[in-house]
Amino acid sequence: MSDKKELEVSAIENGTVIDHIPAEATFKIVQILGLYECDSAITIGNNLNSKTLGKKGIIKVADRFFPDEVINRLAVIAPNVTLNIIRNYQIAEKKHVKFPKIIRGVVKCSNPKCITNHQPVQTKMEVFDADLKSLRCCYCERVMRHEEIELL
Amino acid sequence: MDHNFISVSDFTKEDILSLLHDAAFFEAHPNSRLLEGKVVATLFFEPSTRTRLSFETASNRLGARVIGFSDPASSSTSKGETLKDTIKMVSNYADVIVMRHYLEGAARYASEVTDVPIINAGDGANQHPSQTLLDLYSIWKTQGTLDNLDITMVGDLKYGRTVHSLVQAMSFFSPRFHFIAPQLLRMPNGYRDFCRRHSLPFDEQEEFTEKAINETDILYMTRIQRERFSDPREYEQVKNVYCLKNAMLEGSKPNLRVLHPLPRVNEIAYDVDDNPKAYYFQQAKNGVYARQAIICRMLDIKVD
Repeated sequence: MSDKKELEVSAIENGTVIDHIPAEATFKIVQILGLYECDSAITIGNNLNSKTLGKKGIIKVADRFFPDEVINRLAVIAPNVTLNIIRNYQIAEKKHVKFPKIIRGVVKCSNPKCITNHQPVQTKMEVFDADLKSLRCCYCERVMRHEEIELL
Repeated sequence: MDHNFISVSDFTKEDILSLLHDAAFFEAHPNSRLLEGKVVATLFFEPSTRTRLSFETASNRLGARVIGFSDPASSSTSKGETLKDTIKMVSNYADVIVMRHYLEGAARYASEVTDVPIINAGDGANQHPSQTLLDLYSIWKTQGTLDNLDITMVGDLKYGRTVHSLVQAMSFFSPRFHFIAPQLLRMPNGYRDFCRRHSLPFDEQEEFTEKAINETDILYMTRIQRERFSDPREYEQVKNVYCLKNAMLEGSKPNLRVLHPLPRVNEIAYDVDDNPKAYYFQQAKNGVYARQAIICRMLDIKVD
């Protein structure tokens, strides 16, 4: 008898599967989607072998479906994730993330003198350069390169 | 541009040209009582006597009454009141709010919490759009146009808020730029990229030469601050290099004008002041007309 133990990432009946997550972004996505406060069954896998990414993460959330507005926030840190909407154990829909025009909350402004870092003002960013994925703060107008982007 | 005057980034070419026409009207008729019955609030969370006096003069000459504060220590901010609450409170009293704040984005935020028009009189190191407008007015007046001009900017081009905004605002008018600055204070990458994206030809050099002066229409001087240099010896080396003396203007074009956002320290020698090409004091005076145009525009008051 084999001593080998395997963790089965079982299929979910209904819910959302987020796949092809770059390994370093997996737990940031958990945060952005508010999954710490979620009471549905969640399976998180990270550093799994992937042909395309090398190492990837995967998140399965049972019985939860996310509106586009929430999903598009993922574009800031993981623009190439795929989302599979599962119904009755079948992939009912495949979705890709779209970079939203305006990102509210989620990202911190890197300017220490920005009003959002001193007063109760939610951050608001717009896409400055779609290719470089740089963002511009709508308040202080500072442009942040992709590498500088810090989540709240 | 809606009813808020926040940033050069909001300007369209039409906005600029129509405001300049209004400013010209106010230069001819500075005491038109167009703001009778209106209350202008000047909220200066950070002191700036020059700008505040300019806005207050602009308001007073148009017949408005002015309320406000010039120092946050004397306002409820010192009690811990948020900017939002202060703005909402003042919105009960004033028809338009002129504000200067030390935090960047403050004016933009203020415009979101009230329907009363907000005029940004400076938010940290970010924008100072009324200065930009008076600079444009000065250029327009002295050159007869804004189009196809040769503009040279000298001094601290890295931290100079006014030169950044001027580059942005002039982008509608096909200028050619020359940036003259010490290596440490070069025009930042972001603005050089801006010029490339908008196909605005520019060149850069460290030497402040008479050749450069002789070829240009507008010479925009800026102050180099000691505080920008961590090595005081470096400051000592550059502080006199970017100084304009009267003799340097000998071969300049007849239409050349010397501009400076003020206060000037030693970057323009006093012997330049009597040269008819010295325009910096008139430039400051133009601030009143530009601000009159801005206030009336924000209140939808027709200027005839």
